[in-house]
Amino acid sequence: MSIRVPIVEKILHANEQMASVNRSRLDANGVFAINLMAAPGAGKTSLILKTIQALTPGIPIGVIEGDTAPVTIDADKVAAVGMPAVQINTGGDCHLDASMIHTALDALPLKDIQLLIIENVGNLICPAAFDLGSHANVLISAVTEGDDKPYKYPNIYRGIDVLILNKIDLLPYIQFNEAYFRQGVEILNPNITIIPVSCQTGEGIQTWADWLRSRLMKDG
Amino acid sequence: MHELSVTENILEIALKHARVAEATRVTDIHLVIGRLSSIIDDSVQFYWDIISKDTLCAQSRLHFRRVPARILCLNCSEEYDINTELTPCPKCASYKIKVIAGDDFWLESIEIEK
Repeated sequence: MSIRVPIVEKILHANEQMASVNRSRLDANGVFAINLMAAPGAGKTSLILKTIQALTPGIPIGVIEGDTAPVTIDADKVAAVGMPAVQINTGGDCHLDASMIHTALDALPLKDIQLLIIENVGNLICPAAFDLGSHANVLISAVTEGDDKPYKYPNIYRGIDVLILNKIDLLPYIQFNEAYFRQGVEILNPNITIIPVSCQTGEGIQTWADWLRSRLMKDG
Repeated sequence: MHELSVTENILEIALKHARVAEATRVTDIHLVIGRLSSIIDDSVQFYWDIISKDTLCAQSRLHFRRVPARILCLNCSEEYDINTELTPCPKCASYKIKVIAGDDFWLESIEIEK
């Protein structure tokens, strides 16, 4: 005969536990970590390079690069500017998860870095569901993606702490209704910090760098 | 979205509890999915049949129960449920709202034989 066993356990419970382990480890080392998410081509790697430029020397930064394919294009760019970078190849998987970060942290000199940037896989759906153990979730939206993205990918907009609106140098050439875009974001995530930038011209990068500086936990 | 990893997690949790309960077979799995969780039932079922083969959960049935999302109005503190897309507060029509539940996804119970 059949017996019912009550469970009530979150499906992603294991990931959430691992995420807290990661967070404690980062805290213990005084590392502030951000989970950088965006669609492919929104400018994740460009923003990372601009951020490194704006904060160094002075603030040592580590980078974890998530990619779905075994290419080290992004990690190479970061390593080329002298920052410790770890590449995670998800083997086709659509997102990073906390256990991947757990492994990657072993390969980074945590004691020596103040800021850890985790570049998630280019995707607006799956990364939203997986806590990595970072301290802030950051989303880059490029104006070229269109002003309707908050309405079409609500989950990722709901879970973020900062929104970077990239490629604003292209605004004169495209149809992008910023008020409509901001209204969509506001519905999903009231009072969120939105920082318009251009990784091409450098506009807005200082504002973003200042936001990061204000969050750092230890002095260099 | 990432239904395969989600399905692997379901199997892991179900097997853990089945072993503790000393089950000889798991017949049914009851899942609860918040409205805002982008999980596709058919896709989970598809992976389930493949990965549960050769385990205590082989040929078990998955049951999905969808629950509404709970919204808090930040303007007037009204709480309300939504089943489809995000709608403004029914009391004050404000869009200053916050999702307080509905994007979670959990395993509620399993039915076993022993």
